[in-house]
Amino acid sequence: MSWEVVIGIETHVQLSTISKIFSGASTAFGAEPNRQACAVDMALPGVLPVMNAGAVDRAIAFGLAIGAEIAPRSVFARKNYFYPDLPKGYQISQFERPVVQGGSIAIQVGEGDRRYVRQIELTRAHLEEDAGKSLHEDFHGMSGIDLNRAGTPLLEIVTEPVMRSSAEAVAYARALHTLVTWIGICDGNMQEGSFRCDANVSVRRPGEPLGTRREIKNLNSFRFLQQAIDYEIRWQIGQIEDGHAIRQATVLFDPDTGETRMMRSKEDAHDYRYFPDPDLPPLVIEPSRIAAVRARLPELPAAMQSRFVEDYGLGAYDAAQLTVSLDTARYFEAVVAAAGVAQVKPAANWVMGEVAARLNREERSIVASPVSPRQLADVLARVADGTISNNIARKVFDALWNGEADSADAVIEAQGLRQVTDVSAIEPVIDEVLAANPQSVAEFRSGKEKAFNALVGQVMKATRGKASPAQVNELLRKRLSD
Amino acid sequence: MPTVTSLAADLAAGRVSAVEVATEALRRALASPLNAFITLDPERTLAEAHAADALRAAGRGGPLTGVPFAQKDIFCAEGWRTTAGSRMLDAFVAPYDATVVARGKAAGLVTIGRANMDEFAMGSTTENSAFGPTLNPWDPTRVPGGSSGGSAAAVAAGIVPAATGTDTGGSIRQPAAFCGITGIKPTYGVVSRYGMIAYASSLDQGGPMAHTAQDCALLLNAIAGFDERDATSLQREAEDYTRDLDRPLDGLRVGVPRGWLADGVSDDVRAAVEAGVAQLQALGARRVEVDLPHAQYAIAAYYVIAPAEASSNLSRYDGVRYGHRAAEFADLADMYARSRAEGFGAEVRRRILVGTYVLSAGYYDAYYLKAQQLRRRIAGDFAMAFAQCDLIAGPTAPTVAYRLGEKTADPVQMYLGDVYTTLVNLAGLPAISVPCGFGEGGMPVGLQLIGDAFSEARLLNVAHRFQLATDHHLQAPHPSGTGGTP
Repeated sequence: MSWEVVIGIETHVQLSTISKIFSGASTAFGAEPNRQACAVDMALPGVLPVMNAGAVDRAIAFGLAIGAEIAPRSVFARKNYFYPDLPKGYQISQFERPVVQGGSIAIQVGEGDRRYVRQIELTRAHLEEDAGKSLHEDFHGMSGIDLNRAGTPLLEIVTEPVMRSSAEAVAYARALHTLVTWIGICDGNMQEGSFRCDANVSVRRPGEPLGTRREIKNLNSFRFLQQAIDYEIRWQIGQIEDGHAIRQATVLFDPDTGETRMMRSKEDAHDYRYFPDPDLPPLVIEPSRIAAVRARLPELPAAMQSRFVEDYGLGAYDAAQLTVSLDTARYFEAVVAAAGVAQVKPAANWVMGEVAARLNREERSIVASPVSPRQLADVLARVADGTISNNIARKVFDALWNGEADSADAVIEAQGLRQVTDVSAIEPVIDEVLAANPQSVAEFRSGKEKAFNALVGQVMKATRGKASPAQVNELLRKRLSD
Repeated sequence: MPTVTSLAADLAAGRVSAVEVATEALRRALASPLNAFITLDPERTLAEAHAADALRAAGRGGPLTGVPFAQKDIFCAEGWRTTAGSRMLDAFVAPYDATVVARGKAAGLVTIGRANMDEFAMGSTTENSAFGPTLNPWDPTRVPGGSSGGSAAAVAAGIVPAATGTDTGGSIRQPAAFCGITGIKPTYGVVSRYGMIAYASSLDQGGPMAHTAQDCALLLNAIAGFDERDATSLQREAEDYTRDLDRPLDGLRVGVPRGWLADGVSDDVRAAVEAGVAQLQALGARRVEVDLPHAQYAIAAYYVIAPAEASSNLSRYDGVRYGHRAAEFADLADMYARSRAEGFGAEVRRRILVGTYVLSAGYYDAYYLKAQQLRRRIAGDFAMAFAQCDLIAGPTAPTVAYRLGEKTADPVQMYLGDVYTTLVNLAGLPAISVPCGFGEGGMPVGLQLIGDAFSEARLLNVAHRFQLATDHHLQAPHPSGTGGTP
């Protein structure tokens, strides 16, 4: 009998405000410990929180981007617990009335024939503050507390338990990551903790009620998310099949062993004693404010994908690849704008192919691409007008990438890469190749088509790639049939 | 007995310098056996006084420049030890100024010292101070009230002409009544809470205490007003609280809640308050009966909401970053437990326990939510009453000041003394306590006037006219063994 997997994800998205959610201290990453913690962040006696309007606007932007309801009135609550890196002894969060309610995100899962698209429904997204960090390195037998991160604004985004595999979970996390960076509410830096996922995982027999879930905390890479869920699924199924019940728990994933291990059981769970924070009035969001945020939102990935499919005739997969980030999409659109809509397909192939591969190899982002959209458009234009072949285009692209020249034309000129189309220049080369390869000629004549390709290759090699393969083909076939 | 108004006039006329005034106040403070101050720092005080004199000399002084006052030890003031009456903060020196402190500084007020108080403002007698009780200047065997007992005693004893206080359930008004001075609790949100160490955030409100309503109005002008660092501060235009002081009281409708002058109030207090209301009538006011049907639940609601908020507000005192940390502990949980058990006194621990309980899963709805519902009902009662009257008059406290130790054994008895004050905080309204006579043992009685939101100027006006016609507020306690030797 088969098992059905049920996954819900909670993501802590660090909002890209300059200052903290309730204080004026900086949110910049990597400062000396406690240098970015002001009186409010340190919870000195008497200090009070003041809401950062930029954090609210970012929450509104997210709600709009996922088609959610923006609560006209939401409430901040205190989540009470003691921990050394939680200076006030409570975290200011939202509990009963979050700022964003509902909404959904489209994901694309799998490849080729097994590809499918589905909507992941969200429960809510709420604003809250991050805690500081406990540093358990050597402080003469004590722990150190760094409050630089304390008060950093977070949007906690919670899905319904609707994902059915680790692949769906990862696709969701990627789509969410794309979206929050796309609309500019998060820098998306997973190493620095700007985007952290908790996965709630349970298994059940199809048709049965939900199984008991375990929550895997703090997964800060897509790979760990996948590995942790896959391990957890195997572990839970193993437990049940061995006759053990799953007990609700919070677990941590250990990337070194690839296993999850228990952090605390439900019995240890805190009673957080949530109650409305009397220091903060309810967050009231007027329709005019929502309209202002909406007006500043960029075209969203889903809308852009449909436009690429409808206006450019691209496939859904290509459209998704080209909208993997707003920067990628903008680069692609700039290439198309410079090269003309007729060049959409080659532009897409280049951006997803050569450009992506080079960026990936060199770990650069597309905004730092040495080849500008204009330069790439020129390369495409030269292919289109027959000046160079696709193979030579790669050489030209490499030269531009390495900064050898400023434009495609300059590279073509300097390196003499112009495609040779003059029949009188190619025919002597063909004669030479035929004379030097009697064996291949004989094989071709005895019906081996493969030998013909070898001869084409020889001619291309002799012209250093500058001949048009199609033209060589045609001339060679004509010559051999003489 | 100098007042803010008289001292301000002397300072402005150059008859006396801020340094001379501060030196005299310090001398009285140091000589006083009342324990009205937790911290005196003559060097700092004189530095402030010198600065005030320099400001006046430069022609940049304001109406209050050089006037001495006592700061309740709950307002963080940069460089001043700020304890909130707690052992937990015994060694805490604030690194920043509360908004009230910054505004006092800007006005040129000179801090004579840090006034004693019940620990974290929890208490009605100042007996809960970790630094010993303050004594009542009228009778040193009695309590001065609380939590702003040090402030009230320092003013009543003539050490300073004014003080700051904070009022969460009566902590300005009740000690003002017990010590025979005037104290106003403004509308919630009028005085910034930034830098005022929190007890119960939704109820806490700072305000002035002085001999006269006129002095309170001058001080309120200095400290009140919108503050962007307090999200509950109200964005309103600055007011001159002295503007209506002299307005006649003709046609004023004074509401007396049915039952307030019946059971539960001692005879001496009832008589003095009745006389006070009669005096208002003599000044042109009309007495009307009003109903506050949910007022009887105020103490119950208050002692759920205030401890709930306190239990959370006081979580920051964990011994990790500042404040008391136990010398020895086994692990993190033990460090928390020992540091807090050692740092907090019995009443604070009691309220933390109560507050933690009423917010716990399974009890939240029964206690906290119910209390919030009552709070809305009480506010509704006031809204109905203010359709029939301009202000409400009644006792500030059901008895005069009682003996030290008399109610410490039974906290609930002490809580019941807040019967006329907590409802005002629950509704967020302004109220003032003015001396209206003397009761048992010659102890002062306070008349409480409660107004609708933002009616401070009207309350001060009524209190001022009342004080022009009476002399209760001019009576001073006998100096022997109390306020030093004037």
